[in-house]
Amino acid sequence: MPTITYREAVSRALREALREDERMYILGEDVGAYGGAYAVTRGFLQEFGPRRIMEAPISESAIVGTGTGSALGGLHPVIEIMTINFSLLAMDQIVNHAAKIRYMSGGQFSVPLILRTVTGGGAQLGATHSQSFEGWFASVPGLKVVVPATPYDALGLFRAVRQERDPVVFVEHILLYSTRGEVPEEPYVVPLGVADIKRPGDQFTIVAYSRMVLVALAAAEELAKRGINAEVVDLRCLRPLDIETVLQSVQRTGRALVVEEAWKTGGFGAEIASQIQERAFDSLDAPVLRVAGADVPMPYSRELERAAIPGPAAVVQAVETALGK
Amino acid sequence: MKPAAQALDKRSLVDFYRQMRLLRIFEERAAEQYMRGRVRGFLHLYIGEEAIAAGAISTLEPQDYIATHYRDHGHALARGLDPKVVMAELFGKVTGCSKGMGGSMHLFDASRNFMGGYAIVGGQLPLAVGLGLAASYLKENRVVLCILGDGALNEGEFHESMNLAAIWRLPVVFLCENNLYGMGSPVKEVFAAADEIYRIVEPYHIPSSQVDGMDVLAVREAMEGVVGRVRDGGGPYFLEALTYRFRGHSMADPSEYRSKEEEAFWQKRDPVAKHRQFLLANGIASEAELETIGQGVEEQVEEAIRFAEESPDPAPEALYENLYANP
Ligand SMILES: Cc1ncc(C[n+]2csc(CCOP(=O)(O)OP(=O)(O)O)c2C)c(N)n1
Ligand SMILES: [Mg+2]
Repeated sequence: MPTITYREAVSRALREALREDERMYILGEDVGAYGGAYAVTRGFLQEFGPRRIMEAPISESAIVGTGTGSALGGLHPVIEIMTINFSLLAMDQIVNHAAKIRYMSGGQFSVPLILRTVTGGGAQLGATHSQSFEGWFASVPGLKVVVPATPYDALGLFRAVRQERDPVVFVEHILLYSTRGEVPEEPYVVPLGVADIKRPGDQFTIVAYSRMVLVALAAAEELAKRGINAEVVDLRCLRPLDIETVLQSVQRTGRALVVEEAWKTGGFGAEIASQIQERAFDSLDAPVLRVAGADVPMPYSRELERAAIPGPAAVVQAVETALGK
Repeated sequence: MKPAAQALDKRSLVDFYRQMRLLRIFEERAAEQYMRGRVRGFLHLYIGEEAIAAGAISTLEPQDYIATHYRDHGHALARGLDPKVVMAELFGKVTGCSKGMGGSMHLFDASRNFMGGYAIVGGQLPLAVGLGLAASYLKENRVVLCILGDGALNEGEFHESMNLAAIWRLPVVFLCENNLYGMGSPVKEVFAAADEIYRIVEPYHIPSSQVDGMDVLAVREAMEGVVGRVRDGGGPYFLEALTYRFRGHSMADPSEYRSKEEEAFWQKRDPVAKHRQFLLANGIASEAELETIGQGVEEQVEEAIRFAEESPDPAPEALYENLYANP
């Protein structure tokens, strides 16, 4: 099977969507001549022209609102918010408008808005440019939140997102763009709301999403060397959330750890841990553990940033401690 | 007589009166229902501003879009929404124009391209830009009417939206209802260029002007020109309509921050009375005719209240309905 990067997977997903859907257009800051801040739309302006690849001024709120309005007017917008940090300037349009128009109108209007953005730290961009807000969006009824960890999932999930009539926040991770993975030439779709067991195991369930899936997999490798067989569940979507796959895994292993990059306080991992204890308490041999980002603004220093973002060692240590090793 | 009046036949001129009367009576009755606890939440009355809705919306075609703010009953009724479904929405009933899910501030009607009342100040502005973008992208003959209050000028989103509408030359009419206050804040205290609000869009090279928002024919005339120009590809336009709300900001507001003199000054310019006077003075309609119209409107509103009262609440299952097109 051919191997491509995560960036190429997202690019391919967008390109095929634009070719097949005349009502789809891309709107965002520097998506045109510049090619996108993370080079995802490089070459798009040449191929599709300025009507489909629309350059926007630095106006996040109006960009999202324009996308939403155009969706009400029959278009299928793909809005790019350069990074999730800047989504704060568009929070009102995302939460108060895009997410609510369908419900508030009694179902008269739909908002098929795709909002692509880039999450995560690890690139030494400091406190304002290294955050992970996807969990916040996941708490908003009316939104869907998709968080692919691999090129295969990025392409397959985007194909599913295209079929949606609801606003979807499609969250790419800054450190994943150059990672590679196998992606078949044949068409396939990864449906929303279906978690994926990225590594089977029977002694410990590690739940993760986005880049933390790679961290969990690396930790599981290491644990295997130490005789512990961990299962890694990739949520792939935070909303709709496939908690059943998580619960079934916990029923097999009896133990669970949630790893996420966002701040621990109020993080989405708390939601997962809570649902596990509510619905699989009898299967648990130990409390559900959480490994999460340090509760601090992201420091610039390389060593301190490393200390603030969960890595495989932290996961390994948490699992071993839980098993009394 | 204004050119707009000359160009209109008797029926249209009288219909403005009927419509403004309807808006007035509808809201007076809605306020009574609020006092009786049947309408809850915020209820923002449009009383005093009726000439803007009636005059402006009369210039639109059915395919045109309207996106407005939360003071939206008048806009909805002028767009032809049945008073029954608007009143039922105020009552939170399933027969309401938003199925009881929106309330007074969030009226919607897809069948009339009434794209919503929006209760976050300025929120409808980029939505209107997006609707304009869709119309332009799809090469549709549609104009977007975006109605905003003077308060929205102070949101950053206002400026973002003006810029986008201008650089893309979108078919959007921004109609600013300048009623001199945003809640209790006088425009002249919170806005740096209060005496010439309409010029706020000059840096964006958006043409703009001001109109007397207490005169339905003046609004009609101004909007006819504006809508025609925007429809013909002239790009966005900003029209400021000077007006005054006769009641508090919402039913919760005793309105103690305005002087009696100021209120009296504007009461004398009541748009409904003014148009009535115009019709009588020019022999376009008789006292008796207008009386009959008034009675008809009263009955229509009574019927709307009855309809709202008798309509069922949304079913319990509706709590989770319509959140997603595809759950
Ligand atoms: C973003 C936002 N901030 C504050 C409010 C509270 N609020 C509701 S209406 C209003 C005044 C708006 O005044 P204006 O735009 O002039 O409209 P008017 O009520 O005069 O018609 C305020 C401050 C709000 N709804 N949204
Ligand atoms: Mg005002």
